[in-house]
Amino acid sequence: MIILELFINALIAGILLGGFFAALSIGLSICFGLLDTVNIAHPTFIVAAAFCTFILNANFGIDPILAGIIITPLFFGLGWVIYSLYYQFFEKTSAEALRGLAFFFGLLFITEVVLIISFGVDHRLVNAAYIGKSFGGEFAGISVSVPFRLLSAFVVAAILTLGLQMFLDRSFFGRATRAVHQDMMALSLMGVDPVAIKRIAFAIGLGTCGIAGALMIIVIPIEPAVGRLFIGNVFAIVVLGGLGSISGTLIAAMILGIAESMVSTFFGPSWAPAVSFTILLGVLAFRPTGLLGVGDTR
Amino acid sequence: MIMRYKFEIGCVAFLVLAFILTQLGLNRFFFFAGFAVLQFIMIATAWNILGGYGGYINFGTAGFLGVGSYTSIALIQWSNVSIVPQIIAAAALAGLLGLAIGYFTLRLKGVYFAIATLALAIVLETVVNNWDFVGGAAGISILPTRKPELLGAVIVDRKIGVFGNYKEFLFFLIAGMTIFSVWVARTIEKGKLGRGLNAIKDNEEAAESMGVPTLRLKLIATTISGALMGAAGGIFPSYLTFIDPLTAFNLEFAVYSLAMPMIGGTFTWIGPVLGGLLLGTVQQVAIVTISSELNLLILGVVLVVFVTFAPHGLVGWFMKKN
Amino acid sequence: MSEPLLNIDSVTKNFGGFTALSNVTTEVQVGERFGLIGPNGSGKTTLINCISGLLNNDGGTITFDGHNLNGMKAHKRTAAGITRTFQIPRPFHSMTVMDNLKIPIEFVSGTGASQAAIAEQAMSILETMGMAEKAHQETSGLTQIELRKLELARAIAAKPKLLISDEAMAGLTGNEVDEVLEILISFNEQGMTIIMIEHIMRAVMQFSHRVICLDAGELIAEGKPDEIVKDKGVERAYLGV
Repeated sequence: MIILELFINALIAGILLGGFFAALSIGLSICFGLLDTVNIAHPTFIVAAAFCTFILNANFGIDPILAGIIITPLFFGLGWVIYSLYYQFFEKTSAEALRGLAFFFGLLFITEVVLIISFGVDHRLVNAAYIGKSFGGEFAGISVSVPFRLLSAFVVAAILTLGLQMFLDRSFFGRATRAVHQDMMALSLMGVDPVAIKRIAFAIGLGTCGIAGALMIIVIPIEPAVGRLFIGNVFAIVVLGGLGSISGTLIAAMILGIAESMVSTFFGPSWAPAVSFTILLGVLAFRPTGLLGVGDTR
Repeated sequence: MIMRYKFEIGCVAFLVLAFILTQLGLNRFFFFAGFAVLQFIMIATAWNILGGYGGYINFGTAGFLGVGSYTSIALIQWSNVSIVPQIIAAAALAGLLGLAIGYFTLRLKGVYFAIATLALAIVLETVVNNWDFVGGAAGISILPTRKPELLGAVIVDRKIGVFGNYKEFLFFLIAGMTIFSVWVARTIEKGKLGRGLNAIKDNEEAAESMGVPTLRLKLIATTISGALMGAAGGIFPSYLTFIDPLTAFNLEFAVYSLAMPMIGGTFTWIGPVLGGLLLGTVQQVAIVTISSELNLLILGVVLVVFVTFAPHGLVGWFMKKN
Repeated sequence: MSEPLLNIDSVTKNFGGFTALSNVTTEVQVGERFGLIGPNGSGKTTLINCISGLLNNDGGTITFDGHNLNGMKAHKRTAAGITRTFQIPRPFHSMTVMDNLKIPIEFVSGTGASQAAIAEQAMSILETMGMAEKAHQETSGLTQIELRKLELARAIAAKPKLLISDEAMAGLTGNEVDEVLEILISFNEQGMTIIMIEHIMRAVMQFSHRVICLDAGELIAEGKPDEIVKDKGVERAYLGV
């Protein structure tokens, strides 16, 4: 019975965690999956956003989710600038793709060090009414508990992900972004500037870091280097989901969330970081086109 | 005739010089810092065999170094195996790891190899964190002074040993390993393997179509590169005397191993040597004079600036000038 | 009739749900000049990717010179005697023109030869292509025609039995097209079998002994150049009527 109880609680926590993972990955799904820019610094930008949320919350008492929305334009702008630079120095000159990767890796490292210099290596938290409480009860003799911080993150993440998916599926801009992925020439023939489309799409992808950062600091205490642990999660999710597929990203995020929650419950939290990376390595080795089999990895 | 063996003569001369330095009774800090710089050169050289010649970026330097370090620690814990077999075992294991990860990811686009190597470093760190035999997350102390048998009988003290203390011995050892690595890299560069890797870097499909066995060459390169990194890690615990997963698997190694060849120039063996010498020295000076965080910030900025504006590094810049 | 050099038997290739090649069957004789035409997206490049080994066909069999090529890696096919050029030239851009040619010589046609002998072979090929004075230049400074010639020279340096030329003349002027044609014909006369993919009809019809036409992944016509020109199906494929 105790095993069953642990299992059910781990499953619930896993699904909620999956929603949080989806919010972390959705921006990368756009930047990497649709635009082919290997933004390895994505999780670190999310950590930067989490620190911004921390400042707004600690100094002005602003609700973390509201703070996430407030800083989103900032990250949209950052994405705009980064893509412009990336395009100018790497994409336009068709430099080796791997040099672009080194560029993002450098950004990751710089961001991390700047955060360490400004905030130190201590863990930080935020305050809000829904953090720390949980909702629970007994069902058929099994006691279930749902922490509010995970639940609120899940709800916001679901709105963010579904909203973005609808936007990309229904709007002209969304269709143009998919077209950029498939055929740049066709777009230019239609009189649309593919670079402008990509710049906006990248900025949207990075813009999601604002809200994802707020969710991160709601879910876990943060420190500057915590982003590294999520590199495995986000890339595993984006690759597993099939590059550029938003619904695939959601499913993969759930799978990873549940897997990580199960491992934490039954083997101990210190093994959790290995889960995502092991899944990532396994996917790359055996199923590189992702679950839905539409990715292009070769 | 002498001109033809200029490089080999230079290697021997360097080793003789390194040996003489150990006999002068210099301050220990000199050997401590000298070791760090030489180890940097070795890491940069090893990284460049795959990254510079073949164009495949390895973010997992820390993983390979960590495997090397913890192989040594496991051997010490198991039965006080001495340093030379430690290093050989470390190299063998890291080389095998390179082969395995290469085999699973090198059929994919290059970025997946890069991401997989980063993933590897974190998986390994988690494993070591949970492995109490080698100290777990808390780390472990290795005290060569208390266990002289680890270093063989050559050093114990001035009276009977060749070297006055273990720092001098390790300095000489890393000098030999670094020279060996540079020789390996240069031999690859001047040979068929290096030319094949270059073709892969320029255009992999064209290389394969022109008869270059791309997968095999890449696997050879990951294995050699991994083994040399493993060796550089294998000597690490004896040098640091204390090691924990955070140190052994530090992301800084990935940044350094990328930045050193990029700054020096990735297309020739001189590049990583120059970059390693430069960044290694700056690091040793910066730790003493400014804060190490600021040093890392400068490192990151320098990496981005070189990747963006000077893809051929210092060597490329000098060659253009002449 | 003697054994064909290349036998393509019901070859099929799918990308996800899209059928790029459907049941293509044809053969190429030793010493033949073989033309491959078809509108954009008809599967020409997919077919030669399947022959040269950059892709593996999902169904059917390709046999070359007695070897079954199914599942064989591209570099082994090059060693067996198939080389190809790329539609968009893909030089090894960090190397000189000469070093570009040395790669296939060192890895295929002249394995084990000394560096001096390899350089000599590379030079003699560059001379026949009229590229000798460019030997020590970087590829970044080459003109369009020079890049095309380098692409051909590098393929020829592997000493293939079968050369596949993928749109080697796209973007060239009339005179340049003639120059490339002349080079290809002279290598054919030395015994090299050649498959030419081309959009310039004048060139492919003048060059080929026999032509096949692909449309939407299917082989729709096969015959002598003058027959193909008159073929109603080919006309329809090109004009879309």
